[in-house]
Amino acid sequence: MKFSSLIASPGEWMRTDGPHHDIVISSRVRLARNLRDLPFPGWAKKADRIAILEQLKPQVESLGEMDDAFTEYLQDLSALEKQVLVERHLISREHAAKGIGSAVVMNRQQTLSIMINEEDHLRMQAIRCGFQLKNAYKLANKADNALEDTLEFAYSPQLGYLTACPTNVGTGMRASAMLHLPALVLDENINKVIQAVNKIGLAVRGLYGEGTEAMGNLFQVSNQTTLGEKEEDIINRLGKVIEQIIEHERSARQTLLEKKRTMLVDQIGRAYGILSHAFSMNSKEALNFLSLIRLGVDLGFFPSAFRLPADELFMETQPAHLQKNSQQKLSADERDALRAEIVRGKLRNFPAPDLSKGTSNGHGKEGAKD
Amino acid sequence: MPGSNIIQCDVCQSNEAEVFLTQIVGGKMQKVNLCKSCSKDRGVDDPTGFALTELLAGLGTSTETEKPAVAHGSGESSGETTTVVTAAKCPVCGFTQADFKKTGRLGCSECYQTFTESLGSLLKAMHKGTHHTGKMPVALARRKEITERMKSLQDNLQKAVRDEDYENAASLRDQIRRLSGQMGN
Ligand SMILES: [Zn+2]
Ligand SMILES: [Zn+2]
Repeated sequence: MKFSSLIASPGEWMRTDGPHHDIVISSRVRLARNLRDLPFPGWAKKADRIAILEQLKPQVESLGEMDDAFTEYLQDLSALEKQVLVERHLISREHAAKGIGSAVVMNRQQTLSIMINEEDHLRMQAIRCGFQLKNAYKLANKADNALEDTLEFAYSPQLGYLTACPTNVGTGMRASAMLHLPALVLDENINKVIQAVNKIGLAVRGLYGEGTEAMGNLFQVSNQTTLGEKEEDIINRLGKVIEQIIEHERSARQTLLEKKRTMLVDQIGRAYGILSHAFSMNSKEALNFLSLIRLGVDLGFFPSAFRLPADELFMETQPAHLQKNSQQKLSADERDALRAEIVRGKLRNFPAPDLSKGTSNGHGKEGAKD
Repeated sequence: MPGSNIIQCDVCQSNEAEVFLTQIVGGKMQKVNLCKSCSKDRGVDDPTGFALTELLAGLGTSTETEKPAVAHGSGESSGETTTVVTAAKCPVCGFTQADFKKTGRLGCSECYQTFTESLGSLLKAMHKGTHHTGKMPVALARRKEITERMKSLQDNLQKAVRDEDYENAASLRDQIRRLSGQMGN
């Protein structure tokens, strides 16, 4: 499968029909595995790295899930192509920096991406739309089981799967969800939530930027520890916390509608006005305003048919995605102009927000509690 | 000109660091390198003793004992502190403790065995537990199950022979024979 056909369609995780998709954008599970007694990629000499890669790549490619996969050596991807994969969360920033001796193999649906010789010999990442941590784990675990048939992974009965960094040892698993929390940011309760979650040993960080500075009101919640707890228990604990955050976000939305309605509709109206009429827009501005449009769809200010186009703009306005459709290299100014143009084009079909509407269950699911 | 592999003291910024601390704050690894005199000032000049007492006393029990101040300024000195010592070299990959200090990563899976002592306290501070309780490789799990089953069959066989229950003993012998067949593949 070619790069162009891979990215011609959005990944499965960018769909808008996953469970709790209004708040949970995607769920991800990553497993780290290494071959026994061979140097980890960061310590291996180039020849060792290549030998490990050549041993692993055919095995990964022969997974049932990797029928018609996109598979490529890192040195054969352009800087732009790597960046597009990073923006789609299909490879890590660290992996994008790799060259000879590393590769990536991902399935057609873009739900399973296996990085070879990232920080560990194998990083298997499953990503699903909405709140689907268990399904994401199932997918990654299936790949792990199949590979284990033929490969001997570094494992100790006491410490579990052995990883390059001691922070991953044990399950080698990092489970995370990407959350959209505009109401908690607007009513300034987000830091309280972040602190509470940190206290119980889970990590929360802005997807782009930190704390209240998080752009697009997008946050990632993940487990921090990997040793001493079963995979299922980690995922259940994380899942319960995410359910609570979802509840907090929903009640914050309800509070805004009831008590701070003017502020809320003003924010959404301004976002709509600026996005529809701006001729230059940087990525931070775009993310923040698009977040409010997304909230507007959730609350019923815009028809639900506009959820998908609004969501697509999050990805289409990222720098590498803008660049990939242009013939020549864009300067930052040119990118900002193109970004504004694409947003204007898409919003042309949006009706002005109907501010008489406004329920916390705009998309007709998960009604408010009271 | 000092060689580029000399690590500077983080406190005085001038002497060569000789004590290397790895501190876990909120689950994140932070490293502090101290020279001899700065480490003495802060009561961390005996790395071995320091690591043990600090870890054994401090973990999870929020003791009020004075913590050796490690993080400079900025009030970040809460959190457990672990000292990483020893000068072993991994027999498989040649990785040393100094390499770990520099990168925060290990060289190969055998390194966990090589540096088991110093890693023990680090892992303890970093994670929920010290023993893996999750998934194990399927083949390994199967082998383990068979070994356990074999042991219980043999125990039962001994008991049956002792009790002169020859019928049962014969059946147990059959089962053991079949199971050893499975272990072969
Ligand atoms: Zn000093
Ligand atoms: Zn080693």
